[in-house]
Amino acid sequence: MEKIIATVSQLNNFVKRTFEANPVFSDIWIKGEISNYKKHYSGHHYLTLKDDAGVLKAVMFKSNAYSLKFLPSDGMKVMAHGRVSVYEPSGAYQLYIDEMIPDGVGDLYVAYEKLKKKLEEEGLFDPEHKKPLPEYPKTVGVVTASTGAAIRDIINVITRRYPYAEIVLYPAQVQGKGAAESICEGIGYFNAAQACDVLIVGRGGGSIEDLWAFNEEIVAYAIYNSEIPIISAVGHEIDFTIADFVADFRAPTPSAGAEIAVPSQEELFSHIKDLEYTLISLIKNSITNKRLRLKALKLLSPKEVIENNYMRLDILSKRLENRINIILKDKKEMFSMELVRLDAISPLKVMQRGFALPVNENGNIIKSVKVLDKTDEFELKLADGARKCSVIKGEK
Amino acid sequence: MAKGFEESIKELENIVNQLESGDVTLDESIKLFENGMKLSKSCQKILDTAEKKVSVLLVDENGEMQKQKFEVEE
Repeated sequence: MEKIIATVSQLNNFVKRTFEANPVFSDIWIKGEISNYKKHYSGHHYLTLKDDAGVLKAVMFKSNAYSLKFLPSDGMKVMAHGRVSVYEPSGAYQLYIDEMIPDGVGDLYVAYEKLKKKLEEEGLFDPEHKKPLPEYPKTVGVVTASTGAAIRDIINVITRRYPYAEIVLYPAQVQGKGAAESICEGIGYFNAAQACDVLIVGRGGGSIEDLWAFNEEIVAYAIYNSEIPIISAVGHEIDFTIADFVADFRAPTPSAGAEIAVPSQEELFSHIKDLEYTLISLIKNSITNKRLRLKALKLLSPKEVIENNYMRLDILSKRLENRINIILKDKKEMFSMELVRLDAISPLKVMQRGFALPVNENGNIIKSVKVLDKTDEFELKLADGARKCSVIKGEK
Repeated sequence: MAKGFEESIKELENIVNQLESGDVTLDESIKLFENGMKLSKSCQKILDTAEKKVSVLLVDENGEMQKQKFEVEE
């Protein structure tokens, strides 16, 4: 076989690329014990992980170390997650850690993820199921330990913000064996006795083992089935327990839970004062409006209305008169004209000019000589009178 | 006991809405206004005189849950 000749750098680079090409090395959990732990002034953590038979160099950069929830130290058994690669300048492979947890709790994390997934599928985290919180609770129930910072903080916040609400504490065990059952009893009591309008369930900060009761399935169901709205307030801001996902509202700390549970009396005072001012200005406007309308009505008092009407009547009468006069004049003219026409064709006028009217004994006008031939006597009417006439028979 | 806080403040808000809508006679307006001012004073009084009430539930001799005054230990 041909001997391969490579430089040191070439070999180191090749080894590095071989590591990075293998998916197993890019996402792996390593169990081991910490030794030679050093936090550099740069903020990066350098350590060696070891077991019975060997060691592994490891580094955790500042940006990843930020999320560490515990202080690593020599001798501690841990589970470290990250990628294995080669630091070429030293020709050594090492573990680049992005996440590290104390070994004892590794199992707990697995259980947590498993239960979280299961309950999510069962619908316990459904947003539609979450109940709204009451605006003005009369009683705030609390399920937490009777000693410690949590209850003290909750009481301080509520009495400062809204002393009108009564606080009732169900003293529960919040860690260790029996804690989950104790918390469930507290939630159950308030529901059965309908003893509060809103419920704060929580505790102060601690390790994952300390907070474990709030990750238990029975507690999740107790919160889900509660008819009273529940605010979960467990540990510190960064802690998320299953109770937080099921609750109707999650608060990062017990104090925050108390702030969410009750309104601020200062804000309420301002709001009430605002309502008062609005009331006053509305009633003032209303009265002013009514005054103006009244004034407008007064301009037309009954006396004035009657006077107005008189004037209207007067005007109408005049108009009527005028109209009638015009019509009369018209008719008179027409009548005169007719009279003149009538006069023109009047027989009397004609007779005044000399025409005569022969009339028979019955008063009928004789219009034809033939009738005269048959008659002996007739009357002749002239303009100024009438005379009897006799007909001289024979030709004219 | 007199009207609770929630009831009173909701009624007050209701009255303001009615007056804002303008659909009321002068008589009604005045009545509503007086009622509203009464409610406002009452709400303020409730808040003013509210006293801290903190109790803890304990099981007594008969096995019953009883409320007892609670003092925070410092």
